[in-house]
Amino acid sequence: MLLSIRHLEKRYADHVALNDVNLEIPKGKIFGLLGPNGAGKTSLIRIITQITGPDAGEIYFDGEPLRLEHADQIGYLPEERGLYKKMKVGEQLLYLAQLKGMRKEEAIAKLKEWFIRLDIKEWWNKPVNDLSKGMQQKTQFIATVVHEPKLLILDEPFSGFDPINANMLKDKILAIKERGTTVLFSTHRMDSVEELCDEIALINHAEVVLSGNKDEVQNRYKKNQFAIRFEGELSSIPGIEVVSSQTGNAILRFSEGMGTNEAIAKIIQQVRLLEFKEVIPSFNDIFIQVVSETN
Amino acid sequence: MNKILLVIQREYVTRVLKKSFWVSSLLAPVLITAIYAIPIWLAMKDKEQKQIAIFDQSHLLKSTDLQDKELVFTFTNIPEQAYKTQFAKAGYDAFVSIPVDVLANPKGVHIYSSKNIGLTLKESVERLIQNKVRQELMYKAGISEKVYEDTQVDIDSETITVSENGGETSSSSAGAMILAGIMGLILYVTLLLYGSQVMNGVIEEKSSRIIEVIISSVKPYQLMLGKIIGVGLVGLTQFVLWIVLTIGLTQVTGKIYASKTKAIAQMSQMEHGKAADDMAKAMQDSPMGEVTKVLESTNIPLILVAFLFYFFVGYLLYSSLFAAIGSAVESATEAQQFTFIVMIPIIVSFLMAQYTMQDPDSTIAFWASMIPFTSPINMMVRLPYGVPMWELALSMGLLVFGFLACSWISARIYRVGILMYGKKATWKELSKWLFYKG
Repeated sequence: MLLSIRHLEKRYADHVALNDVNLEIPKGKIFGLLGPNGAGKTSLIRIITQITGPDAGEIYFDGEPLRLEHADQIGYLPEERGLYKKMKVGEQLLYLAQLKGMRKEEAIAKLKEWFIRLDIKEWWNKPVNDLSKGMQQKTQFIATVVHEPKLLILDEPFSGFDPINANMLKDKILAIKERGTTVLFSTHRMDSVEELCDEIALINHAEVVLSGNKDEVQNRYKKNQFAIRFEGELSSIPGIEVVSSQTGNAILRFSEGMGTNEAIAKIIQQVRLLEFKEVIPSFNDIFIQVVSETN
Repeated sequence: MNKILLVIQREYVTRVLKKSFWVSSLLAPVLITAIYAIPIWLAMKDKEQKQIAIFDQSHLLKSTDLQDKELVFTFTNIPEQAYKTQFAKAGYDAFVSIPVDVLANPKGVHIYSSKNIGLTLKESVERLIQNKVRQELMYKAGISEKVYEDTQVDIDSETITVSENGGETSSSSAGAMILAGIMGLILYVTLLLYGSQVMNGVIEEKSSRIIEVIISSVKPYQLMLGKIIGVGLVGLTQFVLWIVLTIGLTQVTGKIYASKTKAIAQMSQMEHGKAADDMAKAMQDSPMGEVTKVLESTNIPLILVAFLFYFFVGYLLYSSLFAAIGSAVESATEAQQFTFIVMIPIIVSFLMAQYTMQDPDSTIAFWASMIPFTSPINMMVRLPYGVPMWELALSMGLLVFGFLACSWISARIYRVGILMYGKKATWKELSKWLFYKG
């Protein structure tokens, strides 16, 4: 485990931000931190980045209790982003990289690699003010990853990116994961969760209400439902409930103990079956279901 | 530690590379030199002479009574009513009419001019007539001209500071006052100036939202301290530039004046040393002459070191408070409701300094130079008059203590404030932040 979070508590004057939060974030995986606004995601991230401290509980980073020095091994892209407007792009990134403990020459070399990789060589001497929003986002992303952190924390990384740059960012995140970096990313965009995450945790009202491997979570929320496409008339079959149906399409639920082969055998007696597949709940559905259950 | 250095470096370099820094660094010494040099230049320059017509019905004044470097008087017999519309055409700058009964009616003198006459011209004319009228009145009262002249003595004392071991130095209380005033004013301006620079820097980081990235790398107090020290070093750099450039410039202008005076003396075949005397007199009369005198009689290294100390530590104290305010707000306009409370002690200490200047050894002056908030300005104002070493040491110690206390409080507000958005900061809110846990 790269990050073990145990019994974490954080209270503010008027509300509880985190209540007995336990999470295990495995090394080299992309971990999705989900939850509605105000659930406590940012509070948790700020404790991991040591911007604030917890009221109780422990965090272990790569097996050691989290210390100040670990800040250099974490890269953090906050949801609300900003740069020094009047500084030049190159100088600014160099400053941020040095604040992460990189030596100057090393930082310059790595930054140059990134400038070539993202095809932005001509930006080095431009003041940030002259950059478009998308260009600033790229600059910020470089600042987050240039020191090759063990843990990359991305808070709503896709907000503000156009589809092309969002795709590029997705590729970069996957490439970084390939290098062995652990990525913790917080979002409420469920499509990116399905595409990128290996593990997820859902936080609602300061508590972890759901966590685990992505496929395993999806399996857990399967409702034993199947979608079919067919030709003919579908009338009632004992042991099979029609959840919804339109001309040529239907969603069915099988009673306990009925296998798919047995069900198909019964269906093809009535109609010509064109398509048959299991309904896998989307994370969007799971998210809405779990959040409304725990509210 | 290394990270604080990085923050200091960024704050310092970005500010020192700005054009405005160099403009103010170069402009101030030029201005100071001008204050020093222009009175001398004016004194050396030949004054334009004013032509004045005079109609004296009292027949009191003779042409020997009307001797003035800048004024040339011509008697006229044309009556006041007729000439007051004519004198300008005749080429006079002003027309003076003296009534028959001027001895009994000193307010009956009229000065006509086509343009508004200057105050100095009015005073010169009045002085000349007044001298004669007084003389005449004295004479009538039975006091001879000789006795009158002999009574016109000027008292000009020399002030001497006697140190404990009996050594004597000629001092100038006027000079000490000017030096004290200048140092007090500079401290007043720079404390406000650099303090608000720190505040604006904090607001910039907060409103541009870069703050969260930075404090995931350095602790908030490191960032705050780095910023304060960085900006403070910019201030020190500026002072050093000011001092070096001012000394350099005044030396150069002094040399130019010296050679010019010599040349004038040779050219006009004036009696030996006359021009040099003129210049020396002008220098003594100009405020810088007094300061030069006081500089000769005071411990300059002590004053310089104390000045830099009081600027730097006083600045650290105030700017930490400014940083706390900057962290609590989201824009400069929102900051105004808080800045006045930090500005009040600065303004109060500047006002107290006026009093300290009058009476540098009074109880109020003593306390004003001890209390950390008012001590930077007030101790610097007292210092040219001479301050016992133990008082200076105590005041410095208290100031350092005051800085530590203020920065502790500020750091606690700062670490909470920089992450607070959308919540309108109030005094109550700020005091709550003080007690928040990590």
